[in-house]
Amino acid sequence: MDLHYLTITQASDLLARREISSVELTRALLQRIEATEERVHAYLTITAEQALAQAEAADQRIAAGEAGPLTGIPAGIKDVLCTRGVRTTCGSKILERFVPPYDATLVARLRDAGMVMLGKHNMDEFAMGSSTENSAYGATHNPWDLAAIPGGSSGGSTASVAAGSCLYAVGTDTGGSIRQPASHCGVVGLKPTYGRVSRYGLVAFASSLDQAGPITRSVADAAMVLQAIAGHDPADSTSAPNQVPDYRAALARGVKGLKLGVPREYFVEGMDPEVEQTVRRAFAVLEELGAELVEVSLPHTDYGLAVYYIIAPAEASSNLARYDGVKYGLSVRPEDGDLLDMYYATRSQGFGPEVVRRIMLGTYALSAGYYDAYYGKASAVRTLLARDFAEAFEQVDAIVSPVSPTPAFDLGQKVDDPLQMYLSDVLTLACNLAGLPGMSLPAGLSQQGRPIGLQIIGPHFAEETVLAVGHAFERATDHHQQHPSL
Amino acid sequence: MQYEAVIGLEVHAQLLTESKIFCGCSTAFGQPPNSNTCPVCLGMPGVLPVLNRQVVEFAIAAALATNCTIAERSVWARKNYFYPDLPKGYQISQFEAPIAEHGWLDITVDGDQRRIGITRIHMEEDAGKLVHDDRDPVSYVDLNRTGTPLIEIVSEPDIRTPAEAATYLKTLRDILVYLEVCDGNMEEGSFRCDANVSIRPVGQQELGIRTELKNMNSFRNVAAALDYEIRRQRVVLEGGDAVVQETRLWDADAGKTHAMRGKEEAHDYRYFPDPDLLPLVIEPQWIQRVRDSLPELPAAKRSRFEDSYGLSAYDAEVLTASRAVADFFEATVQAGAEPKKAANWIMGELMGALKAESRQIGDSRVGPAELAGLIGLISDGTISGKMAKEVFGLMMSSGRPAAEIIKEKGLEQVSDAGELEAILRGIIEAHPKEAEAYRAGKKKLMGFFVGQVMKATKGQANPKLVNQLAAKLLGEG
Repeated sequence: MDLHYLTITQASDLLARREISSVELTRALLQRIEATEERVHAYLTITAEQALAQAEAADQRIAAGEAGPLTGIPAGIKDVLCTRGVRTTCGSKILERFVPPYDATLVARLRDAGMVMLGKHNMDEFAMGSSTENSAYGATHNPWDLAAIPGGSSGGSTASVAAGSCLYAVGTDTGGSIRQPASHCGVVGLKPTYGRVSRYGLVAFASSLDQAGPITRSVADAAMVLQAIAGHDPADSTSAPNQVPDYRAALARGVKGLKLGVPREYFVEGMDPEVEQTVRRAFAVLEELGAELVEVSLPHTDYGLAVYYIIAPAEASSNLARYDGVKYGLSVRPEDGDLLDMYYATRSQGFGPEVVRRIMLGTYALSAGYYDAYYGKASAVRTLLARDFAEAFEQVDAIVSPVSPTPAFDLGQKVDDPLQMYLSDVLTLACNLAGLPGMSLPAGLSQQGRPIGLQIIGPHFAEETVLAVGHAFERATDHHQQHPSL
Repeated sequence: MQYEAVIGLEVHAQLLTESKIFCGCSTAFGQPPNSNTCPVCLGMPGVLPVLNRQVVEFAIAAALATNCTIAERSVWARKNYFYPDLPKGYQISQFEAPIAEHGWLDITVDGDQRRIGITRIHMEEDAGKLVHDDRDPVSYVDLNRTGTPLIEIVSEPDIRTPAEAATYLKTLRDILVYLEVCDGNMEEGSFRCDANVSIRPVGQQELGIRTELKNMNSFRNVAAALDYEIRRQRVVLEGGDAVVQETRLWDADAGKTHAMRGKEEAHDYRYFPDPDLLPLVIEPQWIQRVRDSLPELPAAKRSRFEDSYGLSAYDAEVLTASRAVADFFEATVQAGAEPKKAANWIMGELMGALKAESRQIGDSRVGPAELAGLIGLISDGTISGKMAKEVFGLMMSSGRPAAEIIKEKGLEQVSDAGELEAILRGIIEAHPKEAEAYRAGKKKLMGFFVGQVMKATKGQANPKLVNQLAAKLLGEG
C-alpha cells in the first residue's frame, strides 16, 4: 500500500482503526517528499520536525478518541497563506525571510482540526501567473510530465497532491489559480464562493477576487477540507455570515434531475481539440447519470479577460504597496541614497518581472484621468458578467465546462508571452469576477499523457451542488484513481 | 482695487475612541514607540481591517451637530501613496461616497451672524509619526498613532476673513468637544486645520487661483497665516503676476508662509473603493438613536442661559465655552445660588484660581455645592463680599467648606443690632464735636462714625446695618 497516495477518507479510516499512526503516515510522506522534490520542486519550505511533533500530538488525540476526519493527515499549505512561526514568502524575494507572527484563519482552523503541516508550497510570485514559473525560487514541474508546467499559481500545491508529497493542500484562486493547475495535474481543486472561506492571513493579490480552497485527490476529500475551513470570521469583514452546511452529506445527492448548463461561449477559438473531446465525453457521462444538459449563454464572456486584467492588477498595485523596505521583508538601502532610492531599490530588486508588470498595469488603470475609462468601466462590465451567470442559473442548477483551453504546456513555452499565458485562465476567471464557486476535477488524459479537467460552476453558496455533481462523476469514472508514474 | 478673500477650511479631528479604527489597539497617547500596534495597524501581509462601530457613531454625532445629511450608504476608499509613516502604502479613507454632506454652521463675528456651508464629513485612519535624529541622517518610525480614527470636515468656500475663519474653527471645535468626540487640542494635533485661500476683486464671481496653507497649530496661527497669505496674494496680483496654485507652509516664528517643494505635493492618490471593507450602510434607526443621545450644543445652551438665567450674552458665552463650565454653573444654581452671582463667582474668582493652579474645572477643590454655600452666606449677611473672597481663597487651598473656615477664623459679620448700637453710642459719646458738626449739617462725617465702628469690630460689622444705626442715633441728637 502506498501511504502517500491515500485519500483523506482512506487515511482517516486507517488512523481511526489504528492500523497506521499519524507519525508513520507523516514519515512516509516526508520520505516521499525526499524522493520527489528534486524532480518536482513542489515545496519552498519543509517543516519536517514540526510535522512529526504535530503527528505525535494527533496520535494522542486519536488515542483519546478526540479526533476529527482531518486529525493526523499530512498536508501542505500554499506559501501565500500565513503560518505562524513558519516563513511565508509568497514565492517572492521581497518576503524571503518573512516569518508571520500569526496564522491565517483557515490555517488556524486546520491546526485545530489536527493538521500535520509538511511545509509550504511553491507558487507564482504573489499568485500572479498560470505556470508557477514566476516563482522567485524556481519553477515546479508537473509530476505527469516533468517537461510540463503544473499550472499556476497554486502549481506547487497541485503538483504535490499529484506527486503524493502531501495528502491534501490548500491553495488560493484569484482567476483560476486553484482550478487551472488542478486540471493540469489531474487533481480536484475547489474555489469556494467569495466570502465562504476567511481571507485573513491570505496575503492579498486582488482582494475582491482572492479565495482559498482545497486541493485534494477526491471530491469527498475536498468536501472534508472545505468543511474545516469554511465559515464566518470576525477578522474578515468580507467573509459571509451564512451557515456552513454539511458538505459531506451533500455528496450523495447525485445528478439525477439536475439541469446542467453548457456555456456556448466556453468552447473558444484555439481550444485544443483533445480538451473539447474529453470534456464532451464527461458531459455524456453526466447525462448517463441522469443530468439534463442544456446550452446556456454567457454573452459577456469575451470581456472577462480584459476586465480581470484591469481589476486584479489595480487591486494588486495597492495591495503590494506595503512592501517598501521600511518594516519587514527585503530592504535595500543604497549608500548615500534617500527615501525614494530605498523604495526603488527594494521594490525593483524584490519583485519579479510579472509582479512589476501587474503593478504598473494597475497603477496606470487607477491613475487620475484613466480611472473612469479603465477601473470604472471594468467594474461596470464586471456586474454584467455576474448578471450573465445569475440569468443562466435561473435555468440551470450548475454550469459545466472545460477548465483551461489546453492541457499543460511545456515549461518555458510561454514565459516570454504574457498575453498567451493570460489566455490559459480565460475560462476560469469569470467565476472569480462573479464570486461563484467552481471546481476542477480529473476528466481524462491527453494522448501525450497530460491531465485534462472538467469545471463545475455553481450559484453563490451552492458548493453542495458542485460537490454532488463532481462526486457523481467521480464515482462513474476512474480518472481520479490514476497517478503519474513518478 | 478692492479685493475679497475666499476661504475654505479642512479640519481633521481625532476621535476619542478607546481603540483604533480598524483594529483593537489602544489609542492612548504617550506610550513607548510602536507599543500600541498589532499586525493589522502595522500593515503586515494578509491582515484585514475590521471597522470600529464607535467611530461611525461619533461621525454620525458630528454630522448631526453640523446639520449634515447622513448617507444611507457610504464607501471606504484607498488613498494610495508611499511614505514610511503609512505602513500599508495606502490610507483607508472615504472619497466619492462620504458618510455625510451638505451641512452648515452659524457663526457670529462682530455681532453679525454668518452661515458657513459644510461640504462633507468623512472618516479615515491617521498615519504614524516619523522621528528624526538631528545628529544622524536617520529617521525612525513610530506607528502608535497609525489607525487612530479621524473625521475630516470640509467647509464650503464661504469664509471671507481671517476672523471668520478663526470663529468658524472655534465654533466647530466647541461642538466636537461638547459631543465628547474630540478633545479639540490644536497644539497636540488632535484638531488640525488646513486652509484653502484665494482672493478676487470685490464683485467678481469667478474664483481666483488658490493656495493651500498647512502647519497652523492654533486659532491665532490660522488667522495670522490667512492674513499674511491674503496680503501676499494681493501683492502678487498688484504686481501683475499670477498666484501659483501650490501648498504653502506657515512658519509661525517668521510670520510667513512658504511654498512646499513640488516633489512633496505632486500626488496622484489613485483612489478606489477598498475591497476589504463592505460599503457602510447606516439605518435611519441608528441615526435616530444617536440624535436622541446628543447633548445640548453650545449655541442652544447659550441662548437658554440668557433666557432662563437672565445672563448677559457675554456671560452666557463664557459660561458655555465648555460643557464642564456650563455644567458647573448649572449645578451651582441648582444648589441654590442666585444665577447672576454664581456666574460672577465662576467667571471671576473660580476661573482665576483654577488658571493660577492650572487645574481643570472638573478638578476644582471648590465644587458647585460649596460655591453655592459661600454665595448663600453672603446673601444672608453672615459674611461680607470682601470677606467672602478671602474665604474662597482658603476654600480653594484647603478644600474645606466655607462655614468651617468662617467659624474657625471668627470671620462672621457682626449683625447684632443691639451690640452694634452699644458700640456706636460709645463712639458718639467719645466724639461729641464730630456729632455736633454732623447734626449741624456736615453729613460727610457719617463715614467717620462708620469707620470707627468697623475699626472697633475689626471689620466684621455689617456695614449696611452700621449705616442704618448711625443715621438713626446721630439723628436723635
